[in-house]
Amino acid sequence: MVFVWNIDVDPVGSLLWAITLIGLSGLPGLLLKRPGPGQILSVGITACAALWGMVGALRILGGAPATRYQLDWPLPFGPCELSVDPLSALFLLPLLLAALCCSLYGLAYLPAASQPAVEKRVTLFSGLLLASMALVLVARHGVLLLVAWEIMALSSWLLLMTDQQSLQVQRAGTVYLLATHTGTMALFVLFSLVKGETGSFAFPPAHSLALGATVTLVMLVAALIGFGAKAGIMPLHIWLPGAHANAPSHVSALMSGIMLKVGIYGIIRTVSFFQQLPVWFGWLLLLLGAVSAITGIALASAQRDLKRLLACSSIENIGIICIGLGMALVGLQSGNRVLAVLGLAGACIHIINHALFKPLLFLGSGAIIHATGTRQIDRMGGLSRVLPRTAPLFLVGSLAICGLPPLNGFVGELFLYFGAFSDGMLAELPVIGFVAPILALVGGLAVITFVKLYGAIFLGVARDPAIKQGHEAPLAMLLPMGLLAGLCLLAGIGAPLLLQLVAPVVIQYAGVSPLLFTQIAGAVPLQQIALVNGLLLAGILVVWLIWCFLVQRAPVAASSTWGCGYLAPTPRMQYTGSAFSELVTGLISGLVGSQGRVSGLSGAFPASTRFVTVTTERILDQMIIPSLRGVDWCLAWLRHLQHGHLHLYILYIFATLFVLMVWSQP
Amino acid sequence: MMMSILFHILLLLLMPPLLLGVINKTKAAFAGRLGAPYFQPYYDLAKLFRKGSVFSSTTTWIFRAGPVVTLAATLVAALLVPLGNHPAIISFNGDMILFAYLFGLARFFTTSAALDTGSPFEGMGAAREVTFACLVEPTLFFILITLARMSKSLSLTPMLIYPSPAVWQDAGAAMLLLVGALFVALLAENCRIPFDDPNTHLELTMIHEVMVLDHSGPAFGLILYGAALKLFVLGAVFVNLALPFKSGNLLIDWIAFVAAMLLLAVLIGVVESVMARLRLIRIPQLLVAATILSAFAMLLIVR
Repeated sequence: MVFVWNIDVDPVGSLLWAITLIGLSGLPGLLLKRPGPGQILSVGITACAALWGMVGALRILGGAPATRYQLDWPLPFGPCELSVDPLSALFLLPLLLAALCCSLYGLAYLPAASQPAVEKRVTLFSGLLLASMALVLVARHGVLLLVAWEIMALSSWLLLMTDQQSLQVQRAGTVYLLATHTGTMALFVLFSLVKGETGSFAFPPAHSLALGATVTLVMLVAALIGFGAKAGIMPLHIWLPGAHANAPSHVSALMSGIMLKVGIYGIIRTVSFFQQLPVWFGWLLLLLGAVSAITGIALASAQRDLKRLLACSSIENIGIICIGLGMALVGLQSGNRVLAVLGLAGACIHIINHALFKPLLFLGSGAIIHATGTRQIDRMGGLSRVLPRTAPLFLVGSLAICGLPPLNGFVGELFLYFGAFSDGMLAELPVIGFVAPILALVGGLAVITFVKLYGAIFLGVARDPAIKQGHEAPLAMLLPMGLLAGLCLLAGIGAPLLLQLVAPVVIQYAGVSPLLFTQIAGAVPLQQIALVNGLLLAGILVVWLIWCFLVQRAPVAASSTWGCGYLAPTPRMQYTGSAFSELVTGLISGLVGSQGRVSGLSGAFPASTRFVTVTTERILDQMIIPSLRGVDWCLAWLRHLQHGHLHLYILYIFATLFVLMVWSQP
Repeated sequence: MMMSILFHILLLLLMPPLLLGVINKTKAAFAGRLGAPYFQPYYDLAKLFRKGSVFSSTTTWIFRAGPVVTLAATLVAALLVPLGNHPAIISFNGDMILFAYLFGLARFFTTSAALDTGSPFEGMGAAREVTFACLVEPTLFFILITLARMSKSLSLTPMLIYPSPAVWQDAGAAMLLLVGALFVALLAENCRIPFDDPNTHLELTMIHEVMVLDHSGPAFGLILYGAALKLFVLGAVFVNLALPFKSGNLLIDWIAFVAAMLLLAVLIGVVESVMARLRLIRIPQLLVAATILSAFAMLLIVR
């Protein structure tokens, strides 16, 4: 294997080095006998490499040339090219930030001292997962991308299986493995077609492919299934809630904040190959995005499991990103530059934003689990006393993910609203205008979901005396959360900075001149919004001061909560998270059901009994699994091929190759 | 001009409680009572601001921040709305999106403060508040996008000053649907009958009143004032659509606006007198119907 490196440190080179270092960061720990130093070493390497890489990514976004590197190896699929253009850099930047935050967090969340066996595995595969995701982003060759894709899928699966004794984890792992490999199969189709049409697995240059309608259709659908399954677009999302809920929290943060975006990257990259896209593709993406956004957040609102809720809300955010991409593609195909710029800018900004607040919330959920030992929202309560530092950080994340000003979530959605309103105002047939009410509905549901989440966990008093009331998270866990929360605030107040970050990507892929971009994006009043945000903060301060003045003038007393005259309230009487979302769950009962079971209630004087409610997901439990059972029944005879004898498996491979060889002879 | 802006701000700050007074007077008249004086809400606020506070020992800073953030967000939203023929204090392209989201921020904090008490009543109220508001949101955006299309502008001031008798003649059907949908949204957002009854605190069907059961003294004063301000702000939006009277004369326009707002308060009072509160399960149906009405309005404009 011969690496051909340039000697001077250009940003692409430094990024490639950083990726390599992160990928290998778990290795020294394997060689050391004593648990501990390996983890610290790995965190140190990852943190330094991530910071170094972030500088590189920022330089690429600032206009540094995208040097191309050739990985010149004697493998059958030929030399592979690596490069980092602004699109890759836009995804690498949050990836490296998450690498920094999550590895530091892992130091306290899964300390080597108490969990030596698990820690080594998690450290090794976290590094591999990060590096393979980054490799997917920098690969410019179909097979190399697939190799990285497979390492990503397997290392994330191994991370997900950390708690492998639990049945729930095993089930989630199986579903994940099946879903990810179904997606990979679609990618095989995609890249085989690329090879068939261009004669090489190397990525064709941007906007160069002009193919027949059928081939284009198959390639786009394959990309949508393959990359869309990883991104968690709606009918392909079934693996997502289970996988994200059962992984260790900092791994969930990586999977939800970054790995889903790698799927989005794949869709954008594939789309960029084509000279001319069919019109339906933009509309399809828009439709899928709208469906994902609404159903994702509706599913989230009904969840009782803290991390499942966050995972479902990732489906919503991916939906919002897809709405933006669909809007941009429709704009491109109809020659509407305004729509293209606003949609793409909204999608890109939301990609960055989601990579800030979703890891923040997942890391926060880790702190909650660390303190209570449970993921059941309905059993918690009053944790803001136990976790006085985590609580405000979690609040920042919750406000940001609802898209409320003055935080960053508002900025991305603002661009999409602008696209929708400009279409609604001017277009002959303003179909995209309907995006505005859809986003509004999604925003309303997000407020329900996150008021429920924050309220049921941190406010009130503890509902279940049986769960432990632990202690505040250590500094190594608080620091990454603080950093992410600070960035959420910064990106919200300094929104023009966010726009600057995504500008090179939007200019390139929306096909506009920098001048036109400034004109179109400049129409979005980021400065005025910043001004009003400042006014809002000042207003809060003024009202607060007036209130403080009024309160301290008169006597202040402490008492118990007014129970409307009832004198013996108990914590169990509080509204639970499930009760809170019951109204809305009733409205969306087609998607998610809640089944209550009373056991052993009989006779005139029944003894004490139990009432259990479970949330069922209709799409997975009542549609996909029964249909898979049907497939299973049809293909049961094939099971005889799977008998566990290794030598016969090798024989299968030999036989397949032999048949292929004979077949390929002319 | 300066005087007009000063009057604008003073009206915004001082008039909201009067609307509540007028509503209550109207209801009293329907019931054959004399009713409390028009300025009773002002006396109530003054009394509350002088009273002591009781805080539940389960609450945290969220409970104290709730009324403060809610009022501040509503105040900023109020600056974005034109009053009658007078442009808003702050106006820029896209301000309607911020307008809607500021109410979202207010809602997040009001409901969180309710959950902070740990009371089942307040949890119930908070759950209803967020759910019904979520169903109102699409209606609001259908109305906004229809107005944007009619007025070819992306800012609340030109959008809301645009309706005129001529527009009503041209697109009367669409305007009628918009006004109907907006009136439903106005009543639901401000927790008036038929969605909520502001008079009874302790019934289990309450929404807004039950959420603020535990607030006392100045905090409760801020909440009452904030609720009145929200009624005023959404009422101003409604009045601009429903009564497009414009003379061009500063003074006459101001008088017309104030008169229209008082008329709206009487209208709400009449609705509250002649209707009973809806059953809780009927409320979502009515809200979805309003959304569909506003979507119809958009179709009529596009056609």
